[in-house]
Amino acid sequence: MSGKLERGLNTLKAQIDAPMAAFFSSCVHCGVCAHACLFYTETGDPKYTPIYKLEPMRRVWQQEYSFWGKLARALGLSKPVTDQELADWEELVYDSCTLCGRCSLVCPVGNDITYMIRRMREGMVAAGHAPKGLKQVTVRTVEIGSPMGITPETLRKQAAHAEQDAGLPVPLDVAGADYLLLLSANETMVFTDTLPALTRIFHQAGVSWTLSSEAYEATNAGIQIGSSDIAAELVQRIVSAAEKLKVKYVISPECGHAYTALRWEGPNLIGRPYPFEVIHVAELLDQLRAEGRLKLDSRETGRLSFHDPCQMVRRGGVIEQPRRLLDQVAEDFVEMPDAGIHNWCCGGGGGVSANERAVPLRRRAFHRKKEQLDGLQLTTLVTSCANCRDMLEDGLEYYDMDIEVKGLADLLAEHLAESEPGAQGGEQS
Amino acid sequence: MSGIELLNWARGPGLQIAGAVFVIGVIVRLAAILLLGRKTDLSRPREGAMWPGLRTVLTRSIPDAGTFRRSPLVFIAGYVFHLGFLLTLLFYAPHILLLKSVTGLEWPGLPVSLIDVLAVLSITALVALFINRLIDPVRRHLSRCGDWLALLVTVLPLVTGYLALNRMLLPYTDMLAWHILSVELLLVVFPFSKLMHTFSFVLARWYNGAIAGRKGVQV
Repeated sequence: MSGKLERGLNTLKAQIDAPMAAFFSSCVHCGVCAHACLFYTETGDPKYTPIYKLEPMRRVWQQEYSFWGKLARALGLSKPVTDQELADWEELVYDSCTLCGRCSLVCPVGNDITYMIRRMREGMVAAGHAPKGLKQVTVRTVEIGSPMGITPETLRKQAAHAEQDAGLPVPLDVAGADYLLLLSANETMVFTDTLPALTRIFHQAGVSWTLSSEAYEATNAGIQIGSSDIAAELVQRIVSAAEKLKVKYVISPECGHAYTALRWEGPNLIGRPYPFEVIHVAELLDQLRAEGRLKLDSRETGRLSFHDPCQMVRRGGVIEQPRRLLDQVAEDFVEMPDAGIHNWCCGGGGGVSANERAVPLRRRAFHRKKEQLDGLQLTTLVTSCANCRDMLEDGLEYYDMDIEVKGLADLLAEHLAESEPGAQGGEQS
Repeated sequence: MSGIELLNWARGPGLQIAGAVFVIGVIVRLAAILLLGRKTDLSRPREGAMWPGLRTVLTRSIPDAGTFRRSPLVFIAGYVFHLGFLLTLLFYAPHILLLKSVTGLEWPGLPVSLIDVLAVLSITALVALFINRLIDPVRRHLSRCGDWLALLVTVLPLVTGYLALNRMLLPYTDMLAWHILSVELLLVVFPFSKLMHTFSFVLARWYNGAIAGRKGVQV
């Protein structure tokens, strides 16, 4: 057995905790999870059944923790999981799973299959079986600080652009600010309206905030590839910067996995609770709305719907906030079928968007989203995750659907009233 | 061995051995799961975990409309089988007497004619699930020996019980002996098979509901 394989199998074994054992023990192979997975529903290929993606790990569980498995091992009859099997499963564990969590919602015995896949990826990485594209992104994030290779200099340039766009100062490295704003790489480089949008909203609402040149990247490739060590290192950078700036809150931007990484996995990754709170930007905006600090003076006239990002909504618990916010600006808002925690994934979460090999499969799976949207006659599809936004634009173009995609903060900023700023607005820089 | 001797063995030592394997096996399996433990979650919870977990233990019994529509046979046959099996097990008068001798508890039974219908429905549901497992691409893909074995050891007590109740195929004492033996087979196989889900589903649902619940999501 090669060293890598041994490390992979040991990691898989170590990842089996009480919930994992309860889940493996409870599966009755009913197949209901298949129908909750867009990779199965759009291909009809049974290999994409969510629980089947766990098969090598199930065998490790059986061999290491079950009566018959232990007996077979003692008698030398068990067949250990091979390197080839793990290689064969790479596509199932990475390309055809976005960690969207829809299967975990429908399993009749209650298995949280997404929790299982997340843990299986730890073993896959340890064994060296992660997609090339995702590995490259992970290396760039660790070495340069961002999956798109954004350096602190690039951030400064983008912040300067945002200052010009917003006509307002963009605070950078301001110690003692209340909020530290993080961005996803997509927002820094592609959806460059978001930073000026937030700058204007925060200015008007009088939010005391700052960016950090030491921690600006919110995405966490470690979570996606399944390496807790790397994920912890990336979270630690943010925690260190937040502690140095003595902020009370860290704002998780419009990026699904960033929220899971920072809000839910982060303290467990670094092994201690944070001295600050993590707030999703949609939560903060909704709070500003509730406090009357988000002043809007116009409405969107076209028909709008909201695409729920899986990690923010189903796996994150920020569900009603974007709807309450859209209620402020939308004249004609419609929910798509299965909206809310049952929404279907964009197909590119969980590292799939970073995996070039998965592009054809991801576009095929996007057909589910097309079906959800067909008949709604939307002008605009709003979402609150830059990765979803990217995937939605790609998918809509692929299926030749004429719907504009917008970020939630960008949309709100378009309707922001030109009024006097709040007391503390924009004074830090 | 005559029918009556077989029946006496099945009722006596057979049942004791099978019962012991079942009880000890189930306890050991559940303990083995729980003893693996899990790390304390250090993230700041939005809600507690206990109640959302318990809520999921109950609510997951009913599928959402979309999920039901996508796998209607699995859910309908699943309900019919589980309810039929439980009701015949717990509410057939002779079963109540046996359970009273073990637990000291007693409750009213259901009419024999209804038990008869429930057994037939339950068997039919298992046959439907068996055929579906053969022909449905997903379920066939997932199926292993354990799935077929579980179906077999579950249907045997129902079939033998039905035949004994209706005095069919074999003399009553013989069929009753086979019925009790088939139950013993079920009891012995139980802790070592996926039949464990009968108990472990409570843990699985609780963990799922608790993990989501502390994030403020009701699953």
